[in-house]
Amino acid sequence: MINLDAKVPEGPLEDKWTNYRSKMNLVAPNNKRRLEVIVVGTGLAGAAAAATMGELGYNVKCFTFHDSPRRAHSIAAQGGINAAKNYQNDGDSVYRLFYDTIKGGDYRSREANVHRLAEVSRNIIDQAVAQGVPFAREYGGLLANRSFGGVQVSRTFYARGQTGQQLLIGAYQSLSRQISLGNVQMYNRHEMLDLVKIDGKARGIIARNLLTGKLERFAAHCVVLATGGYGNVFYLSTNAMNSNVTAAWRAVKKGALMANPCYTQIHPTCIPQSGEYQSKLTLMSESLRNDGRVWVPKKKEDAVAIQEGKKKGVDIAEGDRDYYLERRYPAFGNLVPRDVASRAAKVECDKGHGIVSTGKGVFLDFASAIQRYGKSAAHTQGINNPSATKIVELGEAVIKEKYGNLFQMYEKISGENPYKNPMKIYPAVHYTMGGVWVDYNLETNVPGLFALGEANFSDHGANRLGASALMQGLADGYFVIPYTVGPFLSGEIRTEKISTDAPEFAAAEKNTQDQIDKLMNVKGKQSVESFHRRLGKIMWEYCGMARNEEGLKKARKMIRELRAEFWSDVFVPGSKDEFNPELEKAGRVADFLEMGEVMILDALDREESCGGHFREEHKSEEGEAKRNDADYTYVAAWEWDENEPKVHKEHLVFENVELKTRSYK
Amino acid sequence: MNLTLKVWRQKGANVKGALETYQVKANEHMSFLEMLDVLNEDLISQGKEPVAFAHDCREGICGTCNLVIDGRPHGPQQGTTVCQLHMRAFKDGQTIVVEPWRAAAFPIIKDLVVDRSSFDAIIQAGGFISVNTGQAQDGNAIPIEKDTASLAFDAATCIGCGACVAACPNGSAMLFTSAKVSHLALMPQGKVEHEKRVQKMVAQMDLEGFGNCSNTGACEVECPKEISISNIARLNRSYVGSVLSSD
Repeated sequence: MINLDAKVPEGPLEDKWTNYRSKMNLVAPNNKRRLEVIVVGTGLAGAAAAATMGELGYNVKCFTFHDSPRRAHSIAAQGGINAAKNYQNDGDSVYRLFYDTIKGGDYRSREANVHRLAEVSRNIIDQAVAQGVPFAREYGGLLANRSFGGVQVSRTFYARGQTGQQLLIGAYQSLSRQISLGNVQMYNRHEMLDLVKIDGKARGIIARNLLTGKLERFAAHCVVLATGGYGNVFYLSTNAMNSNVTAAWRAVKKGALMANPCYTQIHPTCIPQSGEYQSKLTLMSESLRNDGRVWVPKKKEDAVAIQEGKKKGVDIAEGDRDYYLERRYPAFGNLVPRDVASRAAKVECDKGHGIVSTGKGVFLDFASAIQRYGKSAAHTQGINNPSATKIVELGEAVIKEKYGNLFQMYEKISGENPYKNPMKIYPAVHYTMGGVWVDYNLETNVPGLFALGEANFSDHGANRLGASALMQGLADGYFVIPYTVGPFLSGEIRTEKISTDAPEFAAAEKNTQDQIDKLMNVKGKQSVESFHRRLGKIMWEYCGMARNEEGLKKARKMIRELRAEFWSDVFVPGSKDEFNPELEKAGRVADFLEMGEVMILDALDREESCGGHFREEHKSEEGEAKRNDADYTYVAAWEWDENEPKVHKEHLVFENVELKTRSYK
Repeated sequence: MNLTLKVWRQKGANVKGALETYQVKANEHMSFLEMLDVLNEDLISQGKEPVAFAHDCREGICGTCNLVIDGRPHGPQQGTTVCQLHMRAFKDGQTIVVEPWRAAAFPIIKDLVVDRSSFDAIIQAGGFISVNTGQAQDGNAIPIEKDTASLAFDAATCIGCGACVAACPNGSAMLFTSAKVSHLALMPQGKVEHEKRVQKMVAQMDLEGFGNCSNTGACEVECPKEISISNIARLNRSYVGSVLSSD
């Protein structure tokens, strides 16, 4: 058993981070200049980390497989970013953000990490404003907020429906400044394919230059992974097409541990799948649940008529609609957390009340909000006795102002006008709470290897609250890693520049080259894409919104068979010595085929339901998730082994929060 | 629907390319890129090399996709990236010509994939506010009038795809550059180093081999984020002003 020491500082929860920063070992400026840091990934976490460590004076090498750091998938985040500013005077505080996050994560995250996240959340907003991020404003010029699921305060800052884009551009601009100053050396179109360890410490990476196909060696005193999540193991997800687990997975194969891989977030509001050719799913921001009401027809015959195209949502009388979230969860209504909303949609669709041809869809309806806003706007404008048409016109204008680009995107994809007909939505894979195991320093069990943002497992427990991914990525990158890399690097000030001539580099390069040759030499008949689709179907069917022992065991067998078939019949066209997107994809799918198995094993091991992990054997009489705190209050950290991956455990200690049954009723 | 595609194939930067013809079966619910996926799966099943094209988020926000369809960057639909363009915009039996961005500053890498690192170089030259992490004051200490913030936002929606350059007969990057200049200049945080920023970014733009702007307005028409050409006027005013005022 590996001893997983979380290295949580002593002292009261609210003082831990302050005390840590006051007492940690610093690296003097003259030594920073001599130390090299590799950052892999340029999303919110990676770009923020590379920029900030560049500012501090470290020599940073930063890598992305994209053509530009600005393309990282953080860019697609829509709704917003949380911060405990309490600008709305509605009772928010650092403690409340901490508590909401712990509770939202179903008591499966580490208290100290989450509290630190809540503390630095406030600095992120200040930093982003200073960089020129155009957050939404009130008429008085101050910052605006809105609400997100699972909380009862308004603490979400936003930039129309493009918050991720604007925050990423802010980080990208800071990174660009450090590149221009020579503090960060940027390597675009370079994909990390192996981690290099020397004397047990992370000292470099092997990256493939995606333009030439050449493998290149890069050395540093430490390596920081900010490479995102593994949602694309499901093939269909809201992740970008190229998002993958490869960098993190190759680190796992070098001894890092994959923690809580079964915690995947299924987002309740995505545009339903329309056909077999579909390549990805598109999210409709959770912010829409501020004003949208979720419903299905009460009568099954109405649902069937809608499925067959004989009726539309607007044809169903008010009394014949089942606003099932408002019915089941009166306290939070349409703003219950994502895992709860997703499962509730599945329950209705499984009962046959779905409203798209596949049966897998529910309505998200803005008619009530249009009425409410329309009446309010008429009143503001001094229009007495406004006509019904006028109310709708004014109401739609308010909705357009708030969610215009989302409505436009919906119409482009679905071909339907969401102002006139309720949106059709269904849950889809969106985010992965699991990730590389890290301690309080965000350092993995491999000394000198750090993991940030979605790539680590640390802050969201078994379920992430909306608008918290951007917060965590930027917290890790701007305000945590620049400090927590100190304890490791302060011990390295006498270490000479690491040489890429070391035998460990040669061995890692050969290992990578062998794998690429193996992929090219299978010369089978089936495309990489076809394997990925089949893997996704297995994962969604047996390790998706609901899981059970029998299905998981079956799925494990299926994945192992699929993996064997992949390695004996995959076809990778082109050559390895050129720009070859099919070869890139092949390597990533090979890793997903292993990652998927670990997810299944983790789901099997966890004999309870919590957050995004719902085991059908463990539910209350009302069908709600049933945790087992006595036996499962731990982080499961998996060590890879081709035949039998092994689990290591970090027991979670709750000193400040009482473990309760999570209720949103 | 049955389509005839004429797709630009080019092995590498220094090799001559040509249009090749393919037949593909699609349906109107597919996105344009999903239609290309179908073509590629078909090519792979015949043991042939698929068409290389750039794409990632497929939600119209990352700015990666870059196809010229029947002569128009991002295709026929206003305010839409290729990944958000659906086949219902085309007719059964139609012939569609698919090419990459064409501009001196965007060399072709392979088939439909081009190199846009010149855009990164323009941002690195000055497209930022010089503030280190941790130096910021409270966010609400910098109030910004709502309409001004909104105007800055309109400029900030640029996704860096390069359609403006591809649309421009001169291959100019003025819309891209001016959008960043405007975004930062309109906000009080960005005003401080505004003049230096304009000069450096314009100089870098010229260095990268982008052409001059002759106000044809093609960029504004093809921009998937509908960024206004008035940003170019704003840049020109600032640039002239900054040159006159600097020593």
